[in-house]
Amino acid sequence: MRRLNYTLSVCILLVSHGYCAHSEAKSIDKKDYQLINVAEEDDENTKEIRIRKDEFDEIVGQLQGMKTLLENMKQNFDSRLTEMQEKIAALEKEKKQLQENKIATVKVDSNNLKARTTNETKGQNTIPTQTSATTTSPSPTQTDTEFTPPPTSTASTNQPSSTESEKWSPTQPLALWSAGKNYMNISFDGLFAAAGSTAKDLDKIETGGHDPNQRGFTVQNLETVFDGAIDPYFKGQSVLVFQIDKNGASSLEIEEAYLTTMSLPLNLQVKAGTFFTEFGRLNPTHPHTWDFADQPLINGRFFGPDGLRNPGVRLSWLAPTDNYTELFLTAQNSQGNTAFSFRNNNSIRFGHASSADPGVRSMEDMLYVPRIATSFDLTEEQTLLFGSSAAFGPNSTGTDKNTQIYGLDMFWKWKSRYASGGFPFVTWQTEVMARRFEAGSSSALPDETMNNWGAYSQIAWGFKTRWVAGFRGDFVDGEKHATDPLGFERWRLSPNLTFYPSEFSKIRLQYNYDDILGNASTEHSVFLQFEFLLGAHAAHKF
Amino acid sequence: MKMKIKSFVYLCFLFAIGWTSVAYAKLNIVATTSELGALAKEIGRDNVEVINIAKPTEDPHFVDAKPSFIVKLNKADMLIEGGLQLEIGWLPPLVASARNQKILPGNHGHLIVASTGIQVLEVPTSLDRAMGDVHPFGNPHFMLDPLNGEIVASHICDRLCQIDLANCDYYKENLKIFTKRLDQKLSEWQKAMEPFRGTKVVTYHKTFPYFAERFNLDVVGELEPKPGIPPSPTHINTLVPMMKNKGVKLIIIEEFRERKIPEFVAAQTGAKVVIIPIMVGGLKETNDYIALFDYIVKQIISALKS
Repeated sequence: MRRLNYTLSVCILLVSHGYCAHSEAKSIDKKDYQLINVAEEDDENTKEIRIRKDEFDEIVGQLQGMKTLLENMKQNFDSRLTEMQEKIAALEKEKKQLQENKIATVKVDSNNLKARTTNETKGQNTIPTQTSATTTSPSPTQTDTEFTPPPTSTASTNQPSSTESEKWSPTQPLALWSAGKNYMNISFDGLFAAAGSTAKDLDKIETGGHDPNQRGFTVQNLETVFDGAIDPYFKGQSVLVFQIDKNGASSLEIEEAYLTTMSLPLNLQVKAGTFFTEFGRLNPTHPHTWDFADQPLINGRFFGPDGLRNPGVRLSWLAPTDNYTELFLTAQNSQGNTAFSFRNNNSIRFGHASSADPGVRSMEDMLYVPRIATSFDLTEEQTLLFGSSAAFGPNSTGTDKNTQIYGLDMFWKWKSRYASGGFPFVTWQTEVMARRFEAGSSSALPDETMNNWGAYSQIAWGFKTRWVAGFRGDFVDGEKHATDPLGFERWRLSPNLTFYPSEFSKIRLQYNYDDILGNASTEHSVFLQFEFLLGAHAAHKF
Repeated sequence: MKMKIKSFVYLCFLFAIGWTSVAYAKLNIVATTSELGALAKEIGRDNVEVINIAKPTEDPHFVDAKPSFIVKLNKADMLIEGGLQLEIGWLPPLVASARNQKILPGNHGHLIVASTGIQVLEVPTSLDRAMGDVHPFGNPHFMLDPLNGEIVASHICDRLCQIDLANCDYYKENLKIFTKRLDQKLSEWQKAMEPFRGTKVVTYHKTFPYFAERFNLDVVGELEPKPGIPPSPTHINTLVPMMKNKGVKLIIIEEFRERKIPEFVAAQTGAKVVIIPIMVGGLKETNDYIALFDYIVKQIISALKS
């Protein structure tokens, strides 16, 4: 009992002493320019350290610095620990799987990868065992020694999906395709329109294959895009387009599929495959990026309903100048429906007979498209881009009969330096094109050369976040021997208003005033267009 | 004739040498946002030329991939990217057009600062765009935590050392100076913010979780109903009573946001609107990374004090 008393009193003494020392330090802390006594108690003798206030402050500052540094290190450590744990879990999993399969050599191919990732995300029952494994496994070294890596392990641990999918929870959808976690991005874009028009056959006045083509509803474009890096040297993209035509028949077309080089020397870049020809601004782009519900008349006239595209190669060179200047040279096949003004059996021949056979016989049968583009930043907020293109190739009205198309394009954009969500902005885009078409003589018609031209100019004004107002003017001159509005001289005015609920959807209302001079008629059309975009779509160029 | 060719070749040679020596006089660094650029300048100082892509005053999610940036990337020795898909809408086409091997992903000249060391907040467990434009790898506004700035600075230093070994000591020295200054400043900021610990705030977009965590603010809601979706009347109608209930004192918005709705909500709830630059260089007072936080902390404190 007495002993207990003793110990108690000693304790009380110690506590009170400690408290005193503390309060003393505190009270002195408040006074400026005073010496601070830091009493440090040893077992036998007390030491007194005298330091100045500013020195003390510095020490405190340093300590705080150390504290933050330590916090920082802890954060770092924590994130690494979780990373490690994830890796361990992945390895454990793999081991288990190997044991289950009892197959020593597993080929690592794409099929396997797919199967495994679905397995991981599907296998709800395997997840709890996994997490328990991570918590019970005390150190990464131990599991390392336990685990003898199979020959495939190095390849499989490199897959980003194997570590990422460990965080799976039952609420998570099967996110097999998402940016950065997979070898390719996939996206799907749907573009639809509802149309009303004074013209009975809308497709007799609309020139584009993806334009609204009838009163009522049109499925304009269902576009699936795959893109990603092929390897360190190439990037690949493919665009598959599904369409449902006027009669309800579905069709599938490979709109584009090409690779782009990433590491050629001398500022060169090659694009190879089948792709939209880089002629002007609008031709190389896809319908869902357009500012209007239909394509300009001139594009339809010269490049046909589906735009100018074909299998081929494009070489481009970025000039080492201070402002952007790029030279392009494209060589493509000149036959088929997508080389409208060139060699194709369905295209315009102005009544002339087709005589050329559609194969490529020599270099002269190719389509050559040079282009130069240059850009200036006028101010911090304004950018101007000029381009000049030409397309040379044979047409199908006879041997040595050629088509030449020349184009000038201009794009100007203003965007506020306080832009939020990309708004407000104003863009102005204009293209002028001219064509020289040599037609060979046929039974009814003599040798003749036809020159045509056309232009469009459009303004889009993002006046408020999510809202864009647009206005476009179109003009094309009349083609010789033309029989319908698709060939008549005409001009068109198209105001529109677009609402973007988010960057992945839009609703657009457009009115077309169509003055067809060739048969002295006017047509009025109204389109309501809507678009949705699923998945990770590749970013668009300027 | 032979003489002529010889002199021509000689001239070409001279030109080439001159050009390369000029080009290598300083390291050209392109940073996607200005805070990354500012840190690169702190570490590289006289050895580097820094160009930023996003304007310090604009929404960094939506930047135009202007052709002039292609030229700048073409001549860059290093590209610094924040990562976490902040730049996904505009950087990839620029890099693809730049024809510069140095800055291709995976090479020394391409630094994604969020790839290591940063503790990323708000990593979604599921991907669903019905939840708004959520960044699949987590919130990318990590530079608003000074300690993350410190981590990023050390990443930049490491990379500069890899690219330019000869000046490694210089970069390390600069890093040391910068870190020391930042640490000192951070304790000052934290001290200044200490009286306001736990203050409830509402922000426009999820831009400030890192800042709030470091400086002990409590973000209780956003004006946006979902990330990237502008404020809707229904959302504001539920937000206002909630803010009154919880006693929210501050509405923090970025410089580029519209002011009408924040001011309306402020008038309804008695909270104060604070406009904060989130990138270096948006204002005269925020021309470097430390000055940016000086300004932000000053703004918040003066709003809370009054």
